[in-house]
Amino acid sequence: MNDVSSDQSVPSERPTVALFITCLVDLFRPSVGFASLSLLQRAGCEVVIPGQQTCCGQPAYNSGDYRGARALARQTLKQLEAADYVVVPSGSCAGMISEHYPRLLEGPWRERALAVAAKTYELNAFLHSVAPARLPVVKVKTDSVAYHDGCAGLRELHVRKQPRELLHSVCGITVKELQQPEVCCGFGGTFCAKMPQISARMADNKLKDVQASQAQLLCGGDMGCLLSLAGRASRNGQPIEVRHVAELLSGDLSAPAIGKDT
Amino acid sequence: MEQKSDTFLANAATAMNDTAAAQRRDIMAAFTPIIRQQSIDGFSSYEPTRKHLKRVRQHTLNHLAHYLAEFETQALANGNHVHFARTPQELNSTVLDICQQHSARRIAKGKSMVTEETGLTAELEKAGLQVIETDLGEYIVQQAGETPSHIVGPALHKSADDVRQLFLDIHPLGERELEHTSDMVAEAREVLRTHFLQAEVGIIGANALIAENGYAMLVTNEGNGDLCANLPPVLVICTTIDRVLPRAEDATAMLRLLVRSATGQPQTCYTSFYSGPRRAQDQDGPVEVHIVLLDNERSDILDSEYRGILECLRCGACLNHCPIYQSVGGHAYGWVYQGPMGSVLTPLLTSLEQSAALPNACTACGRCEEVCPADIPLPAMLRDLRAREYTEKLTPARWRFGIAAHAWLAQRPRLYHSLSGIAVKLLRLLGRRKGYLRHLPFAGGWSSQRDFPAPQAATFMQQLHDKQRRERQRHEH
Repeated sequence: MNDVSSDQSVPSERPTVALFITCLVDLFRPSVGFASLSLLQRAGCEVVIPGQQTCCGQPAYNSGDYRGARALARQTLKQLEAADYVVVPSGSCAGMISEHYPRLLEGPWRERALAVAAKTYELNAFLHSVAPARLPVVKVKTDSVAYHDGCAGLRELHVRKQPRELLHSVCGITVKELQQPEVCCGFGGTFCAKMPQISARMADNKLKDVQASQAQLLCGGDMGCLLSLAGRASRNGQPIEVRHVAELLSGDLSAPAIGKDT
Repeated sequence: MEQKSDTFLANAATAMNDTAAAQRRDIMAAFTPIIRQQSIDGFSSYEPTRKHLKRVRQHTLNHLAHYLAEFETQALANGNHVHFARTPQELNSTVLDICQQHSARRIAKGKSMVTEETGLTAELEKAGLQVIETDLGEYIVQQAGETPSHIVGPALHKSADDVRQLFLDIHPLGERELEHTSDMVAEAREVLRTHFLQAEVGIIGANALIAENGYAMLVTNEGNGDLCANLPPVLVICTTIDRVLPRAEDATAMLRLLVRSATGQPQTCYTSFYSGPRRAQDQDGPVEVHIVLLDNERSDILDSEYRGILECLRCGACLNHCPIYQSVGGHAYGWVYQGPMGSVLTPLLTSLEQSAALPNACTACGRCEEVCPADIPLPAMLRDLRAREYTEKLTPARWRFGIAAHAWLAQRPRLYHSLSGIAVKLLRLLGRRKGYLRHLPFAGGWSSQRDFPAPQAATFMQQLHDKQRRERQRHEH
């Protein structure tokens, strides 16, 4: 924790955070959205959730439809630029906004993109290093947890130690490290649908790594990776419990794990 | 070389079905990043050298005609012959002419991806010449009737057992065990020695050309390049125009990055600088030296947004760190260059149409760019190639439709939220009991390999909306 958050009793002010919920959380795991909202509030932020947000444009961008991606980038920027910070419970969507919007857009829009990029954070990174208050300690019934580093979070945004330190300080969890944490899980957005066999083999390698770590629960910061790994584990009959890291940090594991019965 | 990139997915499926080979690739993929990292960790000037070399390469490419002319002048002054070949065919016929002028029958050939690109060996063989690859990996691949699976380690796909069986089959040397790999290496050395001594022409590649002195630089770990260069009376060096560097110190700076990135060594066993033919006072060396410089689309690449790929050192680090290369192996890519650099270069050197799958064989994980000693933005280049596929309508129609429909819908938030709300309710209904769905309409790719986790009760936006309405009502009462 840095100096900003060390003095939790008198947060100097409550910054406004625009929470970009991401389309996958919106569609498949709203509980992660509510967990993120609650975490940001507990960390001393005023949270707004812009109602017109949809998708950051990554599927179009990565599929080579730059025009479609630009339109969605402009729409998303308009939703987010009023807040002090933008926080995203996904490394790849946060990376799309902060790394790729400025490359994709030109002229005045590029300036606006750079301004938003400068205040956009992946959820773990924000809670760890930027938020005004330290998160309260919560009780989580499991301590056998592995962390999956999404590639964009890891390499574009350098999110590595933040979730591990948060899990330790907030939940008392020491993450069981994987042998090859820097290797992609095979999701890759549309890649997993275009090249499903290759993608599945990559997921299997990741799941083997998780199994070898003897963790009972796999968490991470990207719904795409998590849905893909949970879906593959389910197809393989592997009993691993998969969750977003926000669920653990919020202490609320009442929702069944991803892909598990309700 | 015959191209089979258009069947990438089928090639990949075949490769993944060979479980023993797949396991060997997994071991390589775990091992090679470690030795590279150790080597980089022990080299404190890695980042400064990387930055320095990037500037040098960019400067050289910006003034490529100037440095090529300087190289040519110096190389000619050293007594070399210099040839420029615009197309692969031109390179092949230039080399064939040289061989025929010397009535050569036997060629000792060193490792050269450029000659793989032009299919030189096949052309020479068609003309009745015997061409023997002398790099051990290339020799194994040639004798097995295969193609290289890795730009640095051409026979990385072979196991020791494969090689033992191959040597027992092809070398008429009687009863023997070849128990250890060292026995196989020793046998190959013996067999190859005869070829070195008999060859009338040696053909090698080059890692760099040095403009200021007209030298060609080559690194090998086996020393076969030097034997090809020094034993036969005629030497032909084949490389491409983008290999030129201004000064000798630039070439050695490049070596410091190239070798560590490729094999994790601080330097290779042999680093050679070829200046030209034997001079009056020299005791050995070739009598005649030809340097053949291939363009093959590179001038066009130089003028395009893909210019950066010409800075590639051919170290293979991007292959070694690519999870897709690990999964499918080098042959799946269907041509000379594999992995991320191959997926950029193949469409540019051949055609995007023939290799449309390759730019899609990427999850944008970014590991290749991270380890690339030339700092080439490979994932961005692959994405730009996908954008070209999209505009040139090479992307399959159902994908184009899906992507366009999603982007259209996502630009209409109200419609998007109400339609996604309905879709989620429907999926919820279908998958509620088990928590997942086995099959999903319009997502056959996904559900062929994965279950589809069922969504929770309603979308986040709907739940939030309902919650806010309830709160407002509570306040009103």
